[in-house]
Amino acid sequence: MKVVQNYYTKKKFEPVLPGPGDWPVVQLSQNRKIFIEEVTEDSVQRVKSLKPRNNSLIEELELTHYKEKLRIAQNPWKVDPEDDYFFWSKVKSRLLEISANGQDPNQAEELLREIIHRYATEITGNFKRTSYRMARSMVTFWFARLLNASRVKRFGSFWSNELTLQDKIHITGETELLRKLARIGTIIMVPTHFSNLDSVLIGYVIHSLGLPPFIYGAGLNLFNIDLFAYFMNSLGAYKVDRRKKNLPYLETLKSYSTQAILKGCHSLFFPGGTRSRSGKIEKSLKLGLLGTAIEAQRLLFQRNPENMSNKIFIVPVVLNYNFVLEAPSLVNDYLKKQGQERYYIENDEYSTSYKIIKFLFSFFTKGSDISVSLGNPMDLFGNKVDENGYSIDKRERKVNTRDYFMSNGEISHDYQREMEYTRSLSEHIVEKFHKLNQVFHSHLVAYVAFKLIQQKYYKLDLFSLLRLPEEDLIIDYEYFKQNFLRLREVIYNMSDKDELQVAPNLTGEADEVIENGIQNVGMYHTSRAILKNGDGDITTQDLNILYYYHNRLDGYGLEKHF
Amino acid sequence: MASKNTSKAVGIIGAGSFGTAIANILANNARVIVYARKQDIVDEIKNNNTSYGQKIDSRVEPTSDLEYLAESCDVIFPIVPSSNFRKMMNQIAPFLHPYHILIHGTKGLDLSKSDMGQIFDDDTLLSRNKVNTMSEVIKEESVVVRVGCLAGPNLAKELTDEQPAATVVASHFDEVIREGQRLLRSDRFQVYGSRDLVGVELAGILKNIIAIASGAISGMGLGENARALLISRGMVEMIYLGRAFGGNVQAFLGLAGIGDLIATCSSPLSRNFSVGYRLAKGETLEQILDSMEEVAEGINTTRITKKLAEFYNLRAPITENLHKVLFEGMTVDEALHYLMKYPFNVDIDFL
Repeated sequence: MKVVQNYYTKKKFEPVLPGPGDWPVVQLSQNRKIFIEEVTEDSVQRVKSLKPRNNSLIEELELTHYKEKLRIAQNPWKVDPEDDYFFWSKVKSRLLEISANGQDPNQAEELLREIIHRYATEITGNFKRTSYRMARSMVTFWFARLLNASRVKRFGSFWSNELTLQDKIHITGETELLRKLARIGTIIMVPTHFSNLDSVLIGYVIHSLGLPPFIYGAGLNLFNIDLFAYFMNSLGAYKVDRRKKNLPYLETLKSYSTQAILKGCHSLFFPGGTRSRSGKIEKSLKLGLLGTAIEAQRLLFQRNPENMSNKIFIVPVVLNYNFVLEAPSLVNDYLKKQGQERYYIENDEYSTSYKIIKFLFSFFTKGSDISVSLGNPMDLFGNKVDENGYSIDKRERKVNTRDYFMSNGEISHDYQREMEYTRSLSEHIVEKFHKLNQVFHSHLVAYVAFKLIQQKYYKLDLFSLLRLPEEDLIIDYEYFKQNFLRLREVIYNMSDKDELQVAPNLTGEADEVIENGIQNVGMYHTSRAILKNGDGDITTQDLNILYYYHNRLDGYGLEKHF
Repeated sequence: MASKNTSKAVGIIGAGSFGTAIANILANNARVIVYARKQDIVDEIKNNNTSYGQKIDSRVEPTSDLEYLAESCDVIFPIVPSSNFRKMMNQIAPFLHPYHILIHGTKGLDLSKSDMGQIFDDDTLLSRNKVNTMSEVIKEESVVVRVGCLAGPNLAKELTDEQPAATVVASHFDEVIREGQRLLRSDRFQVYGSRDLVGVELAGILKNIIAIASGAISGMGLGENARALLISRGMVEMIYLGRAFGGNVQAFLGLAGIGDLIATCSSPLSRNFSVGYRLAKGETLEQILDSMEEVAEGINTTRITKKLAEFYNLRAPITENLHKVLFEGMTVDEALHYLMKYPFNVDIDFL
């Protein structure tokens, strides 16, 4: 059995780049206007190459107009610009004009450009160096207050600096290698996504490793909240609106990402696209954004001669917690979707600053520790990377990444090939996610409890099972313990084969581990996912939430042990 | 770009009958280098323009140097028996780069990741992740990602006689399919494309089981009703197995599936067919293996497939009974008798 080493000493990492003036993201924001123009032009070309015929382009514009009108009518958000309705009405009359003029191609392209320019302006973040510093110190300061106030139990503890975030957030993995590579090439971090807090957490990790800020796509709904909007804007976020699913918007988004990577901006993608609704580790990733990494890599090789600074490195990251505050609403979404209720509106659980502060407060005062597992950096083809940035294959031989784009002795652009590369990159990332996942005591407790209930009612399908009354959901403690130990042994064996990782809190005397595990499974939900009843047996108050936490260990084939 | 293409040679690994046939086809469109493991075959090709006695185009350049082959060629066709495939890949891997395109023509399965001795014990389980198709071996052993395969009704002797025929090049990459088509296509050879790489590989692999059974039918002196029965039921069995091992139904209905199945089940030119034929005539497996020059992939495929079918709980009556004939001492008569009593109800239920 291998247990993860938590070498979270109070080590301070020096920034890898000396001054903020060198940060690509600063240079990007200083030239914001020019950058928006570049993205606009590139996106127009993308859409035109996808819709080469004039009438299909006009059809696409009409479809875009229709979808946008629908969005404005059915799902308006506070963050939407005031002139949204007006703009799209104008688009309508422009479209009529175009068809009156015998489908004038120049007018159509002009309209496309205006729409894309609007999108590009909306997407582009507004990084400010001063507010970055401000936001950063505020976050560190207040988090420390919250932490010390709740944990250090003595008078005046509110101002104590006894505990820092590093006591709460354990970073494991090849941090030095990551820092070296950040100096050599461009890093793309791809974390799992369970909670809205992930972006803040990752932001903290990036900062505490001394890395320059990463740009990342944050859901536009987060900008509904003034407080969040301030932090997001200052941390290099760009805005992603999941309601907009039209072609020009998606192409603008991809172009934004590609252009930023080309400029050397380290980026953060949540490759699952959205928070995992089911609590499962992401299995199918969104290929759109990942594809921009492949495309940017090819363009870098095409533009520049042999040079390490051309290289893009992928760093998978798994965030491990004991509980996810949004779990109840997430799992409801998931079950609704599974239950054939095909469409749910992208909802917005964090509509006010008050709610989000409450959320943060409980997270930092009540939640137990969090661990962040950084995966070893790899190139876009799943090869590991050494400290000089060279790709190394399974047999320890150097690989020239450029060769993946070569055909007949030169770098060529083949759209289908890059699609396939993107698909295989997503497989590599998913595989790494499963290997990096740390099994906490709380994960295994939830998994075993749910599986034992499922086993008891093996004839029921998931939905009938979830409707069972509480009093039917009792598991004898000894029986539970016996199964827990059996599964823990299986997990230990899997960790020997590097199929997953064992968190330190999973090891130790069984009763104690189970007790702590139970304490920690989603402990601050109003109804407990798992608890001991008066007789000391295991039961649950909310099977949906138990199902959610049990899903964390889905995908390892553990079910065959029941 | 086209001018550059013509300057680089195309490689073939393996100078057996199918490798030689493919070399002859390629020689019409490109400069061809063929690798043979044994020096005397290299000499035979050089001096007599024959390989194992089979005619080979005089423009084909033989070599016994894998490094030279990998450096001279961007596109390589590995066509060696499945039992040597991983070893061969291991040898050439240091010279391969991500720009290489590999299109293999080997219709067998690889087991070398696991302990061979143990696997065929009666109670050892064999799951799909211990068994690899050749494209999977290529990706495991080398950095090559642009991988494809070649399958279809391509009896080597007929190809060498330049009779009309067609094949499928399957790959996840359109550029691999295009390269395959550009290099292989001629007035007498049609090349189709497919994106279902594993499906096409499996179709080519699993049909060898049915081919042995078909040989047995001929060996027993039975007629075309019996063979048609075997082919159509064999097809159903292949589809069930193929789906469980990761392929789609479509591949089995194409050239690599039904096409290849009909060709190998009807022709005494097929090695697998002749294994079945001689079994039915009363020879033992040892006698047959001793006198065969080249490997009949179907024998090993039957062993592995039977194990896999057990693991996934699939009904595979033809495979199971052929396994009994090959390895458990059952006679062909008994197997046929058993199959005729097997309770099948629905004709087709996979569509």
